[in-house]
Amino acid sequence: MAKTITQEFVKGLWDEIPPFRLVLGLCPTLAVTKSVENGLGMGVAVIFVLVCSNVLVSLLRKIIPSQVRIACFIVIIATFVIVVELLMQAFTYALFLKLGIFIPLIVVNCIVLGRAEAFAYKNGIVASIADGFGIGTGFTISLVALGAIREVFGSGTFLGISVFGSSFQPFTFMIEAPGAFVCLGLMLAMMNLAGNK
Amino acid sequence: MREIIKMIVVLTVLSCFSGGLLAAIRGGTKDKIENQQLEFVKGPAIRNILEGCSNDPIVDRFKIKDGDIERSFFVGVFDGNANTVAFESFGKGFGGDIGLMIGVTIDDDKIINLGVTTHSETPGVGSRAKSDPKLSNRFKGLDLVKSFKVKPDGGEIDAISGATVTSRGVCSGVTEAGIVYKRLKSQVAEKLKEFK
Repeated sequence: MAKTITQEFVKGLWDEIPPFRLVLGLCPTLAVTKSVENGLGMGVAVIFVLVCSNVLVSLLRKIIPSQVRIACFIVIIATFVIVVELLMQAFTYALFLKLGIFIPLIVVNCIVLGRAEAFAYKNGIVASIADGFGIGTGFTISLVALGAIREVFGSGTFLGISVFGSSFQPFTFMIEAPGAFVCLGLMLAMMNLAGNK
Repeated sequence: MREIIKMIVVLTVLSCFSGGLLAAIRGGTKDKIENQQLEFVKGPAIRNILEGCSNDPIVDRFKIKDGDIERSFFVGVFDGNANTVAFESFGKGFGGDIGLMIGVTIDDDKIINLGVTTHSETPGVGSRAKSDPKLSNRFKGLDLVKSFKVKPDGGEIDAISGATVTSRGVCSGVTEAGIVYKRLKSQVAEKLKEFK
């Protein structure tokens, strides 16, 4: 059980990378990854919420009675989500408009609650920060990768810049909901292939 | 019993802490958020109307209390003279309220331009009130302090063909704006002096 801080961080990048390994938090993963920018914005918001809530849960783990721990976690997580929402409105309003309802929905993102319950409630503050950063970064990488694939094939652009030239006929299936499932499934399959070798 | 008290205390303290934190952040970001919303929702219309002004109309704005509501006025400075304001008004359209932004020169009460901000008109028909400047151009240079009607109603404004109801809504919105403007003109003029 005695893992180093680095190990706690790195595990989020491959061994327990959400949404591929934990297969949690699929709702925002499928919905917002229409473009790289959206994926990155969502990922950064989740990192912030995850690290802050992990810190607070870890700090308060001796005080919070186990019968009401879920309620406490939700209060903590919801607070930070609204903080993110307000900050996004104040500084990146265009991105806020694009992500819309999925920012407040971070509250019910199973990754955040899952890490509070499974990790921060049982571990020290430094390990919890590392865990939050690791899982959060892993989530961001997944979203950006998924967003990149869907944006490149679905609209022929990367970060809004055209990559194929004007003759490219966008494969619009990719930016619609079914495309998200197919893309996620294929990536998961490839990761399993790579992991089994 | 002790357990229950502990649960209640922990939850209460946690909720109070979260409430306090949110209130503080909300207070800190309120002005910024208002600016951002203006910039992205009404900004394009305001900038279009006050085209060529030397200041930033989103920053140079003031509010006047009009009965129960507060109206925002956006100031346009032309040739070093803060003589133009843009403000919002609503008219009843085909699919609901049509939001209008109207720019007026305070010296001669003439409309310099107007634009549709929000609407729920039929796409491709009534929505042309926003996308096609033809209708708003017909108001340019007219006196704001009078009543506007479309031609079928005996007025002077050519309606968009096929979208008479929408055009009528825009006319009533501009008429409404004229009434508000007349009522608040002295206060607006007073406030504009601060920008000179």
